[in-house]
Amino acid sequence: MSVEKGLEGVGSWLDDRFTGAKGVRYLLRKVFPDHWSFLLGEIALYSFIILLLTGTFLTFFFQPSMTDVVYHGSYTHLDGVHMSQAYASTLNISFDVRGGLLMRQIHHWAADLFVAAILAHMLRIFFTGAYRKPREVNWLIGITLFTLALLEGLFGYSLPDDLLSGAGLRITEGVLQSIPVVGTYLAFFLFGGAYPGHVIIPRMYILHVLLIPGLLLALITAHLFIMTFQKHTQMPGKGRTNANVVGAPAYPYFAAKTGAFFFFTFGAVALAGALAQINPIWLYGPYNPVGISAGSQPDFYMGFLEGSLRMMPAWQWVVFGHTFAFNVFIPALLPLGLIMTGAALWPFIEQWVTGDKREHHLNDRPRNAPTRTAIGMTTVAFYGVLWAEGANDVIANHFDIPLYTITWIARFAIFLVPWFTYWLTKRICLGLQRADLHTLEHGVETGIIRQLPNGEFIEVTEPPTDEERAVLLSRPDYPQLPAGGESADGVPAPGMRGAVGRARERAYNVLVESVPLEESHAHGDGHAIEGNGHGNGHGDGHAPAAVPSGAAEDEQHGSQGSNQQGESH
Amino acid sequence: MTDSNVHGQSPEPEGPAAPHRVIGTPSPAESRSMLAPAPEEEHPPARELPPAPEDEHTNKAAKVVAACFILAMLAGLAFIAVYFIFNDHSVSAVTHGNLALGLTMAAAFLLLGAGATVWVRHVMPKVEIAEERHPLRSSPQARAEFAETFKEGAEASGFVKRPLIRRSLIAATVPVALAPIVLLRDLGPLPYDSLDHTVWKKGLRLIVYGTNRPITPAEFNTPGSMITVAPEGFQSDYDAMAKAAVIIIKMAPGQLQAPTVMNWTVNDIVAYSKICTHVGCPAALYEQTTHHILCPCHQSTFDATRGAKVLFGPATRPLPQLPITTDAQGYLVAQSDFHEAVGPSFWERS
Repeated sequence: MSVEKGLEGVGSWLDDRFTGAKGVRYLLRKVFPDHWSFLLGEIALYSFIILLLTGTFLTFFFQPSMTDVVYHGSYTHLDGVHMSQAYASTLNISFDVRGGLLMRQIHHWAADLFVAAILAHMLRIFFTGAYRKPREVNWLIGITLFTLALLEGLFGYSLPDDLLSGAGLRITEGVLQSIPVVGTYLAFFLFGGAYPGHVIIPRMYILHVLLIPGLLLALITAHLFIMTFQKHTQMPGKGRTNANVVGAPAYPYFAAKTGAFFFFTFGAVALAGALAQINPIWLYGPYNPVGISAGSQPDFYMGFLEGSLRMMPAWQWVVFGHTFAFNVFIPALLPLGLIMTGAALWPFIEQWVTGDKREHHLNDRPRNAPTRTAIGMTTVAFYGVLWAEGANDVIANHFDIPLYTITWIARFAIFLVPWFTYWLTKRICLGLQRADLHTLEHGVETGIIRQLPNGEFIEVTEPPTDEERAVLLSRPDYPQLPAGGESADGVPAPGMRGAVGRARERAYNVLVESVPLEESHAHGDGHAIEGNGHGNGHGDGHAPAAVPSGAAEDEQHGSQGSNQQGESH
Repeated sequence: MTDSNVHGQSPEPEGPAAPHRVIGTPSPAESRSMLAPAPEEEHPPARELPPAPEDEHTNKAAKVVAACFILAMLAGLAFIAVYFIFNDHSVSAVTHGNLALGLTMAAAFLLLGAGATVWVRHVMPKVEIAEERHPLRSSPQARAEFAETFKEGAEASGFVKRPLIRRSLIAATVPVALAPIVLLRDLGPLPYDSLDHTVWKKGLRLIVYGTNRPITPAEFNTPGSMITVAPEGFQSDYDAMAKAAVIIIKMAPGQLQAPTVMNWTVNDIVAYSKICTHVGCPAALYEQTTHHILCPCHQSTFDATRGAKVLFGPATRPLPQLPITTDAQGYLVAQSDFHEAVGPSFWERS
């Protein structure tokens, strides 16, 4: 029996029961646009699968119990030492279960990769505007996934009950206690009484292996289903419009590619697990509330919270017998709250300001939305300063800078660096836009230098290819704002009145700021752009490139150096 | 089922006569709906993908792919072999075993990935197809029908017309929704004033943490030294120690200044809570030359000579000072509990 006959038999058996032929064919032929940045989300997905696989293995041996035991295992340095069963079983996984150390290390590396990939994926989505209608819900699901991933990671690395993670738990307790009104109760309910108690490890365990992974799995499923249903966005390019999706079909292309990518991801974390030690809990020792080591550092994704706590000045009020511990709950809750709330609201703010309620399937190049890109980079800078301050002791140690100096710098940098980053990013984006216009007008530099009869040297340029032109011409087209009070004479349109209307108009003007494509039209060679400043970017008819190769050379022959713009008319 | 389309070898008789779709044209529209399949319609399967070419380059690439897969298989076998070879549990055997297992595993996966990548890039023909999009919103007709159906249901149920049913249902759901939250009440006891006290009390000896021996001022007489002490009998009670851990520091005569309470010190030995007043890490680092106590978590810095007042960092309050004295045998003992709550701030702390 041939393969095809066999498949037909199975397929026919299934189709008789589930009517799958049409739907599955659709999925097999589903189009996947190609862009390297689209792999970031896949890394996150595959890290999650690796986490499920290795995590399941670990649960076979891990004992989430705080019962005191005396260790007599293979790690003889701790022989006879009192420790919790959780810590002892983690030692057991590391030294007595073959492959256990590898699984632990892969699990931990995959967790770090998971959060890192989510972060990178979210940045990609933000910077390309892929969160826009109709994908706002998936953006919100993504933010929820990120938050859950942070929590899942915190609980996960706390489970071994070692000295390092214990410090993290103690900080968690201190942060909970600082929350006004309910904080003390929250801490007592979470820890089952006074810190550390005897229930926190089993409670975190069930949250870590059941509740949060269940939520993650459900939300990831929804995330992928919505993505499949709405189809992928695509980066601008030739033949790519807002009304199509161009790429290779799922079967066999994407299936093979993504399969390869899963193996690469797994291979990479396996390599890390083999070569790079991570969380050597046997060196930290079992937890006790009295001990701590210098240079305690959490996993990288908690670093920004650590930095935030370190940077905060010692502010506190005691009013009517109650303590407002601003020094703790503000740095613990505000940065994450600001970033996450801002990210969650952003698609709706942008929609309101621009009045753009249309579907967007063609992504923006980050440079073509300078304000959005600048806001994104401002957030990155804000996060980055917090993160760097989280490692202030490490920086102080390695670079020989006084510790307090770093903290003082960070206290100013947290305001100045994001502000400067906003300005700088916008300048860079506008500069890149001008460079694009230059390419459109004057062609692509070839690197070939030619000497003219009069002795002058010129560089030969080539007109951009259709593909390059499509990319260069892709610009978001914002709807015109209804007449407002500032720009137009007469009565402002509804929705543009009053302070809110003026704010919207101002925000609009900032948001749509770009180097106009018409600028090149004004002193370019006329037929180059033809007002095609829209996202669809497919050369509608005017095939002649901005500067045809021969024409460019001719112009340069006739012109003196750089003033060929004038010549081209 | 669908594989026949993909391979282009349609078993159905009309297959060969089917008009071949050109790459780049949209696929038939009705096959695009996953949620609501359109009624069955006769249309022959159309070929969209060319078969893999069989030129020299492809043949060579196919060999590379096969080589990668074979090597991956060998790496997998090596992984299994390594598992049985490294059967010793000494630290060095575990380290080597981890290295060998990890490298063979990584090799297997990376080779599988490499093989698949070469396969898709050099064996499969280059294909790019365009699929059309359609607005996601339903047709006005479908929306109207939905609205009508919804309204009909609401009317048929009387949910709108009969406020009694509606309000009583809403009233019923509130306590039912609250119940699970109430159920969580027994997650932990109420704090009451437990955070205000520690187990320290009058006459309780200071035990050197680690050796579990009481200590006399004479034994602890090197200025600049610092040790951690525990209340006697509570050394291994974590719940007690999480609040009651104390450091004692021996100062040179005259170094201790206000606001250190001198009556609470013995022979220039001062005792402070070890639990940082910021978020509760053990403030364990002591610098002899500057008399600074530093918490390694967030770098709150306290001046040991001046009642542990805050010099830098996010902590708002000094480390509470434990009143100490000596008992009849000359050992250091507590005069009483701390006079304020130790550790991080909390709402009820005044």
